[in-house]
Amino acid sequence: MNFEFLSYLVILLPLSSFIINGLFIRKFFGSAAIYAGYITICSIFFSFIISLILLIQIIVNSEQFIFDPISWISISHLYISFGIILDNLTIVMMVVITSVSLLVQIYGLSYMHGDKSLNRYYTYMSLFTASMLGLVLSKNIVQLFVFWELVGVSSYMLIGFWMNRPSAANAAKKAFIMTRFGDFGFLFGILYLFSLNPAYLDINILYNAVNNGEISSYSASIISAGFLIGAIGKSAQFPLHTWLPDAMEGPTSVSALIHSATMVTAGIFLIARFFPLFDVSNIMIYVALIGAVTSVFAASMGLVADDIKKVLAYSTVSQLGYMMFALGIGAYAPAIFHLFTHAFFKACLFLGAGSIHHASGTFNMKYMGGMRKVMPITYITMMVSSLSLAGLFPLSGFWSKDEILAHAAHQENILGYVVLILGLIAAFMTAFYMFRAIFLVFHGDWKGGGESEKKDLIKNQQSVHPTVVKPHLEESPKFMIYPMLILAGLAIMIGFIVNPLIDLFFIEKHAFAHFITDNYEVFYGDKTKIYKAGGSPKFDLLIALISSIIAISGILLAYAIYIKPNRISIHKNISRGIIYKILNNKYYLDYLYEDVIIRKLFYKKLSGVLRWFDENTDNINVQISTMVTRFSRSILFLQNGQTQVYVYGMFIGILVLFLLFYLRGGLI
Amino acid sequence: MFDGILSITIFLPVISAVIILFFLKNNNSIRYFANFTTGIVFILSLLMFLNYDTESSGFQMIDFFEAWIPFDYLRSSYIVGIDGLSAPLVLLTGILGFVSTLASFRVEKRVKEYHIWLLVLISSVFGVFVSLDLLLFFIFFEFELIPMYMLISIWGSGRPNYSAMKFVLFTLFGGALMLVAILSIYMSADVGTLIMVSIPELNIVGIPDLIQYSDLLVPASFIFLLFFIAFAIKLPSWPLHSWLPDAHTDAPTAVSVMLAGVLLKMAGYGLIRINIGFFQNTKGFTVYDVSIFISIIAAISVVYGGIITVRQTDMKRLIAFSSISHMGFVMLGVSAIGTSSSNTSIAGINGAALQMFTHGTITGLAFLMVGYTYERTHTRHIPHLGGLWHKIPLIAVFFFISGFASLGLPMLSGFVSEIMIFLSTFTIWPIATIISAFGVVLAAGYILWMIQRIFFGVKPPDEIFSDEIYNQIEDVKKIDLLPILLLTIPVFLVGIWPSFLTEIINLGVEGILR
Repeated sequence: MNFEFLSYLVILLPLSSFIINGLFIRKFFGSAAIYAGYITICSIFFSFIISLILLIQIIVNSEQFIFDPISWISISHLYISFGIILDNLTIVMMVVITSVSLLVQIYGLSYMHGDKSLNRYYTYMSLFTASMLGLVLSKNIVQLFVFWELVGVSSYMLIGFWMNRPSAANAAKKAFIMTRFGDFGFLFGILYLFSLNPAYLDINILYNAVNNGEISSYSASIISAGFLIGAIGKSAQFPLHTWLPDAMEGPTSVSALIHSATMVTAGIFLIARFFPLFDVSNIMIYVALIGAVTSVFAASMGLVADDIKKVLAYSTVSQLGYMMFALGIGAYAPAIFHLFTHAFFKACLFLGAGSIHHASGTFNMKYMGGMRKVMPITYITMMVSSLSLAGLFPLSGFWSKDEILAHAAHQENILGYVVLILGLIAAFMTAFYMFRAIFLVFHGDWKGGGESEKKDLIKNQQSVHPTVVKPHLEESPKFMIYPMLILAGLAIMIGFIVNPLIDLFFIEKHAFAHFITDNYEVFYGDKTKIYKAGGSPKFDLLIALISSIIAISGILLAYAIYIKPNRISIHKNISRGIIYKILNNKYYLDYLYEDVIIRKLFYKKLSGVLRWFDENTDNINVQISTMVTRFSRSILFLQNGQTQVYVYGMFIGILVLFLLFYLRGGLI
Repeated sequence: MFDGILSITIFLPVISAVIILFFLKNNNSIRYFANFTTGIVFILSLLMFLNYDTESSGFQMIDFFEAWIPFDYLRSSYIVGIDGLSAPLVLLTGILGFVSTLASFRVEKRVKEYHIWLLVLISSVFGVFVSLDLLLFFIFFEFELIPMYMLISIWGSGRPNYSAMKFVLFTLFGGALMLVAILSIYMSADVGTLIMVSIPELNIVGIPDLIQYSDLLVPASFIFLLFFIAFAIKLPSWPLHSWLPDAHTDAPTAVSVMLAGVLLKMAGYGLIRINIGFFQNTKGFTVYDVSIFISIIAAISVVYGGIITVRQTDMKRLIAFSSISHMGFVMLGVSAIGTSSSNTSIAGINGAALQMFTHGTITGLAFLMVGYTYERTHTRHIPHLGGLWHKIPLIAVFFFISGFASLGLPMLSGFVSEIMIFLSTFTIWPIATIISAFGVVLAAGYILWMIQRIFFGVKPPDEIFSDEIYNQIEDVKKIDLLPILLLTIPVFLVGIWPSFLTEIINLGVEGILR
């Protein structure tokens, strides 16, 4: 089989569905835009199948593919080519992207049913999937940047999908510009790398150079710092995380994709891709600290959010922080493992949130309650994924989270303990807020859903968001349920199956970790490096016990507060506190960025002053021209057409000449 | 290709302007005839571009008439030809010329004069890019002012007389300096020719070769400065930019398209052909010495232009200011000359030349879309607009494409030239490059904010842009897609497959740098 063709096909299939959907569907099918959905699903399904074929090929033959690049720009030493790296990291990402995307597209058939712009939705979705696939397959850093930006723009389109809503338009713009700040750092890294040696743009050559010690620790630090900024922007880490909670304005299925397999994982992937470079730099400690701080920081905001999608958004930020600090302490395999397991249960949670909204007509958890009776399947899938996210044995989240924490504990230095403690705090908060959500949504009494929220909003003279609609309490249709069931199934067992503690039939012990670290290009078969990066981790019973106890106590606390009959009074007491206020206002970071920095400092002060300056310097030009006019007007009286005046002038002139001649004895 | 194709292309628009003047009376026949002419010119320019022989490089399709001005004290010849640098610009002029007449179908005021001036404008722009004689270059460079003045002041909006006069005065000022520079080169004892390039096939030794060892009448640095100021005004570069927003804002759509699309490129072309071409190795002065100042001016232009753009509330003015920012990238690419590594210089100047082409198509498209929107809404004031996406989806889509291309989205053409420029200048001027690269973040801000305010949300209540007008808005007709696609196709083509342009440009740049 021609694997080069196949791996190009993985990208080309969704890309062609993007082109077909974008150019032709509306034109020829008119209102039957649902065909766009079928085309997208087919193309991504085949991409998924091809990814599986390639995965099997890579596992069975334990080989990696690097295909000859195609020249894109070639001028003197500026040589940029597009090629494909198909290594173990890439194939894992590909399987995650295509499988989650496929399920989300199927879900979308029902969820987006009746939307007039269905073809637009699927057009963007195809581009989104294609560019994420292109990103993970890229062989050249500029190529990676190209797809990186395309991921950004397609998420912009999707977040702002309902562009009539000002809030959606704002959220889309915010997402694009915030990540652009990160991209600026990424670009800086690329430029610096290029200035070292133009050939380093090729990732394989870069790996070689790092391995041969051609890149000094100083240069590696500068480049990695740039890449880290890019990753912070894309993966919504502190302090560039504020766009992600707002990105909820898009359709829920879009959020499911953004939060699990595409977009936010791109930042984690970037660091994993350039792991050798980060490894020789001095900034790994910052990667770890940013990740650990973000994991707690975001989780704390999740504690008080009332919007179920916001809760999930903060949990994503927090979990991405987990992956980030895992990479920062060198735990390469556990980070990717967590990315892998997280993708499935997080997608499931978002699809569940969409399903809940379908029935209750709102995302605000305060107006839900007791929904487990009407939508048992949604309840079960949400429960499973929440338990998995909280890290309960034996669900898949447990295995990946535990490996990260065990790695932190085994560092045996201060950094290791700091991130371990922060990680455990985040784990406690995660368990608490997830079960707060579960209890508020599914337990207790029904509080009227969208209808009563609407009433309250109108009573308080607040604007009613278009997602607040009349509830119709029933289980969601089958196209929505099946993807959730599949994802919930994966959330139960995938963590154990792919990376078991013992040899499991034909799957050997720690298969996933071995597979990920079995990346010759990244580790060069260096045994100690592979071990450090999580190649064959030891299961740490103590850590597993501690983290389980912490997670269970978080759940119990949530139970105590939100299931007990007097929960409303407790809730009211909590909401009076100052901490609640700070958390509910997201630490005032949105206020700082948007009102203080952008509006006041940038727009009013800097931009305003510069424009004032520009207009006034322009006035100088006008002044010069008026001066010229005024001067010419002031001597205009000499040219009045009366002969006697000219004769006077002539007479005066001759007189002056004579005087000069007489006084100086000559003209000169 | 047949002999004289270049001269035919240059003068065909003027000839048809004369035909319109004397023989055509009916408005519609004038329109169709003008479009027919520019269509032919477009096809000719495309043919020339495609027939440029990349194997043999150098100057091709030369028309040479030595005894144009045969007096001893002013030996100027009529010589035109294209190389790798001018071929893409000739194509760009062909495209934009056709687009500008196509976009003028709805002009109802003094149709005959309008088309005559537009055709004359197209001819003179062509002349600038292909003249190989300095005097000829100068004549075309200045001649373009006459039709521009007429077009802005008669068919413009807002304060047309003020803007047109400002435009003319600024350019004339630069032109006067350039004339002094040209004469002081020509009158230097060892030079004595006006031909800008050396053409071995015709045994012509041009100024770049002669100037190297000559004692010039005035110091070379001074001549460089005169040329530089002339082109910096036209580019326009900070702090000589203030004519541009006014001229753009008040000009009719087609003229804005021409102005942003090709007239600004005359300056970038001049910078590369003359300022870099002549002054690499003159006595006591080389362009390397001053390239740091070029990079500083470029960085200031990019960021200053970008920051001011954010505050603009008029669609056209906003895009005009963004042009200052984007033409700053051309300047930045030119500053790549300041290195001993010729590889880096070549790549940077290639980027600058490509940026001229990409900016021409992208901004041309942007002005076209602004024009179409304005025709429908009767206001360009952004806060008055809103919620237009569902009313005019086609305009919105192409507006989007031009916007995203201008903020440097990969797979669209703006990204290619910007990354080429950044990659090459970063090694030489890292700080200026980083500052300029921040212009890309600014671009994301002002473009997306503008798009959001025009197309997203709901229409705000407004008197000028009333609900009645809003309800009657219709999308573009099929015929309008022709000019739109003429500009959109190059945007995608260069973005996806830049080699077809860069290969040719590279031949020209290598010829100039040697």
